[in-house]
Amino acid sequence: MASGTVTSSEYISHHLTNLTFGLHPENGWGFAHGANAAETAQQAAEMGFWAINVDSMLWSVGLGLLFVWFFRKVAKSVTSGVPGGAQNFVESIIEFIDDSVKGIFHHKNPVIAPLALTIFVWIFLMNLMDLVPIDWVPYIAGQMGIGYFKIVPTTDVNITGGMAFSVFGLIVYYSIKQKGISGFLKELSFQPLPKVFAPFNLFLEIVGLLAKPVSLALRLFGNMYAGEMIFILIALLPFWAQWVLSVPWAIFHILVITLQAFIFMVLTIVYLAMAHDDH
Amino acid sequence: MNINLTIIGQAIAFFLFVVFCMKYVWPPITGALAERKKKIAEGLDAADRAERDLKLAQEKAADDMRSSKEEAAAIIEQANKRANQIIEEAKEQAREEANRVKASAQAELDQEINQAREALRAQVGVLAIAGAEKILEASVDEKAHAQLVEKLAAEL
Repeated sequence: MASGTVTSSEYISHHLTNLTFGLHPENGWGFAHGANAAETAQQAAEMGFWAINVDSMLWSVGLGLLFVWFFRKVAKSVTSGVPGGAQNFVESIIEFIDDSVKGIFHHKNPVIAPLALTIFVWIFLMNLMDLVPIDWVPYIAGQMGIGYFKIVPTTDVNITGGMAFSVFGLIVYYSIKQKGISGFLKELSFQPLPKVFAPFNLFLEIVGLLAKPVSLALRLFGNMYAGEMIFILIALLPFWAQWVLSVPWAIFHILVITLQAFIFMVLTIVYLAMAHDDH
Repeated sequence: MNINLTIIGQAIAFFLFVVFCMKYVWPPITGALAERKKKIAEGLDAADRAERDLKLAQEKAADDMRSSKEEAAAIIEQANKRANQIIEEAKEQAREEANRVKASAQAELDQEINQAREALRAQVGVLAIAGAEKILEASVDEKAHAQLVEKLAAEL
């Protein structure tokens, strides 16, 4: 929808700007809104930490609710007899997750498998929004007077960061729970080099530890952001030529969104397994 | 690309969804899966058992068949033996009966022979005398010679 009144760069940055609600130093509480996308983003940045990306949260929580609603619905009517269609579908996902967890995580912890299931399905659903033609929802929102409306939560680093740092919290929690604070610190300082290099080791290991959530968050964010960017660029083409690129890219993206959800899940399991292991 | 409250909001939502999933989604479904697994294992066990039972039943049936055949053969043999015995007994009885009949017939015959012989004996005297009379052409004192004739007849 590269219409004459909107420049390409304006179109792109419009699609990459979140709907942000927060306390602006000059305008007070309200949605960030400027004359164009750049100004809006500027305002959102000025709000600092005390702002919330309403569109990301809405879609993220909405899709999470869709996930728990559907799975709960199946779980309530679950039968050990002949399963119906929905149960078959859910069971195949659950068995896939269960196999993945059992293959990687060899300790007894009832949290890990449901955690992995939530991560996989939720991230998959959030990624899936990337396949919705990029102008549909923002256009409807625009008609309703909402200027900015991103529908792919995982292209917001806050969303991926929120999950990645929750996982980080679990890593630290289970490390301390399994090994005690001293054990955890020993693990951080007494390797990989001999004990005399403890401060250096500690620095190295803490960097390594922090790299886990950062890489988790940025990998998912980067993949989805880049994917969406390509969809936006394709949308700049004349409408009759778009399908030549958008269809192959969308098909390829089906792989990417599944793979990214899977990678996030597997790495979470691996990190938590490492947190449980004694070295 | 601002880091803002959204990150905390997402963390809270994540926590809540994981807890919900852990409490209300994962256990019932994996429970059902485990239960189905158990059911299938039991079904396979039951099938194995049934097969074994069937084999045992077939063996038992074959055994029963064999033993009843043997029994039947024994009964038939016994029956044959008994039949032979009955036939032998019947033969024996018949033989005895025949012997008895023969003996009585013999006795009767002997008696009749004796009677005939008596009658003959009685008539021989008369015939002899009549012959002698004819030969002698003379009157013979019947009384005087009767004694003689009787003696002759007794010698017959």
